[in-house]
Amino acid sequence: MILAKTGNEALAYAMKQINPDVVAAYPITPSTEIVQIFSTYVSDGEVDSEFVAVESEHSAMAACIGAAAAGCRVMTATASQGLALMHEMLFIAAGLRLPIVMSVASRSLSSPLNIHGDHSDSLASRDSGWLQFFCETVQEGYDTLIQAVKIAEKAYLPALVAIDGFILSHCQERIETLTDSEVRDFLGPFKPNYNLLDWHNPILVGPATLQDYYFEFKRGEIEGMNRAIEAIEAAQEEFGKRFGRWYQVIEEYRCDDAEAVLVLMGSACGTCRVAVDRLREKGMKVGMVKLRVFRPLVHSILKNCLRRFKSIGVLDRVDAVNSYGGPLFTEITSVLYDLPERPNVFSYVYGLGGREFTPEDAAGVLEAVLGGKKEELVTYIGVR
Amino acid sequence: MLKLADLTKNAELFSQGHRACAGCGEALAVRQILLAAQGIPVVTAMATGCLEIFSSIYPHSAWQVPMIHTAFETAASTAAGIETAYRFFRKTGKIKEEIRIIAFAGDGGTYDIGLQALSGALERRHRFLYVCTNNEAYMNTGIQRSSATPYGADTTTSPAGKVLPGKVQHRKNIMEIVIAHDVPYAAQTTIFFWRDLMSKVQKALATDGPTFLNVLVPCPLGWRHPSSETVKLSKLAADTCYWPIYEFENGQYKMNYKPQKRLPIEEFLKPQGRFRHLFQKTEGKEVISELQRYIDEQWQLLLKKEAAFAHREG
Repeated sequence: MILAKTGNEALAYAMKQINPDVVAAYPITPSTEIVQIFSTYVSDGEVDSEFVAVESEHSAMAACIGAAAAGCRVMTATASQGLALMHEMLFIAAGLRLPIVMSVASRSLSSPLNIHGDHSDSLASRDSGWLQFFCETVQEGYDTLIQAVKIAEKAYLPALVAIDGFILSHCQERIETLTDSEVRDFLGPFKPNYNLLDWHNPILVGPATLQDYYFEFKRGEIEGMNRAIEAIEAAQEEFGKRFGRWYQVIEEYRCDDAEAVLVLMGSACGTCRVAVDRLREKGMKVGMVKLRVFRPLVHSILKNCLRRFKSIGVLDRVDAVNSYGGPLFTEITSVLYDLPERPNVFSYVYGLGGREFTPEDAAGVLEAVLGGKKEELVTYIGVR
Repeated sequence: MLKLADLTKNAELFSQGHRACAGCGEALAVRQILLAAQGIPVVTAMATGCLEIFSSIYPHSAWQVPMIHTAFETAASTAAGIETAYRFFRKTGKIKEEIRIIAFAGDGGTYDIGLQALSGALERRHRFLYVCTNNEAYMNTGIQRSSATPYGADTTTSPAGKVLPGKVQHRKNIMEIVIAHDVPYAAQTTIFFWRDLMSKVQKALATDGPTFLNVLVPCPLGWRHPSSETVKLSKLAADTCYWPIYEFENGQYKMNYKPQKRLPIEEFLKPQGRFRHLFQKTEGKEVISELQRYIDEQWQLLLKKEAAFAHREG
């Protein structure tokens, strides 16, 4: 079906079709509508889900963990301060290997308070052990959320699917939806790897560990993340075969003979496509690499893709405050570090707090990257 | 009525071999609670704290029932998730039998850091029993004051010093906070009254809706009393009216234990190191008399509430 939906509407609609067993969530701008719309599905009996309108995001994630440990397919949604408040519980969800799936309408972090889109929230949760997907369009958000359920349940890791706050969450796009049965058949039933409610076989979930075991648990979790790429690629492949929409960990745009490329995540990829097209018309050899899967960071794929370019501009919609460049930049440079010949890599920070990022801005960056010279370590785009 | 002879036949769902201190009141409470929770399967959750540490250090577990630990402030919210999952599986027919959910947390996890999650879960009417095993301070991290710590107690963050006599505030009335959520059942007791505790557990588990149990559990380490005195102190707490044994059921208060001879608060304080300073300085007398005044006031208030409801009934 072809529908006009905002990002929030599309993700709520995907949730309806996924029909999770339990949803526990708390409203926060700009993701509120996801929860709000989903609760109307519950009220109208359009889903089987039990919905828990908790009293905070911290309790949202705690309740999600409880329900998932009790064998349920569980989803939630949040953003910004809400994700920050959940922070403690994110690590616990991942450590307990619970495939909870969460939508995030990306938003800046206070202070100062700002409700608009940047990647501060998800990136601050980078090391929590969650799979992280960043979407360029509403369509991609819808498709990715459905895929994320399958991926999380295969990798036994929780997954976060981010759409840029307001830019995607509140803007309407034409999307092609799947039918309920297509979604249901794609996902299949949830098979938990343990179930607290199986009282015939009592288990202890979340024990204390000392110096003698903690490291092994964490090592196992790390390995789970390392291997999650298999689940991701399998889900992308099956999704493509079934529905004709193909996704990859990274997408190259006009990169074939490119000398300079931009690497980035999220909705600004669309902006960069326009910039690339304009500069291509002028004969410049430029392109764009979109990173869709931020966790796991697939080093081999990134390295194989990026090694051939002369210059790379990495665009971060977040700053890591006195880190050596933005967070995506430092990851990209570390991926490229052991190459005998490395591209020049430059760090740009853009769009904090929803600051407009235009095709002209993107073209300016591309031209500078193509020129190959840069004075400052980090360039802040469009800041006064 | 519960009989010891019958209870000995019950399965020990909280098994021996855990790492609690000798004379730990909390371990006794949990054992008694699970001895009472027989017949209907229970699934449990607990907060970070002493209980979690002494019962669950991997690869050992004292739990013969399903148990989950997530974080310090999340006993109620995690239990809410489990209860929701249970309702989902009941609704969809995937679970046929009745299961009860019990959450355990200490006073830190209940009165302080977990209060919001508890309030939310009570308001949403999840059917679960929340047990606060209350030893009146953050014992697991080394005896720091909580909002359940009594006035005048010496803790590591309310130390008795040259100027201050230990904690300078009275404890929070968590029972009234819980009751203000219109719960169908809330009760307070302590381990000496094992029959009272166990019948309260059974009553709570049979009640539809959120229920609450505040159990005083003396802590030899934090209260600084000999391990052998734990149970005796829990009795003294009731005999001095320091710890009223009562319940709130369907809008009515009921005192379950009225000491025939009320003992002065000193009887409860004296055996405990956390109050020793009160007996060493002359200023301590004022603190003790303020504590006595507060306890008398609270006791009278409870009697009035009981009487008011009894009168209304009549």
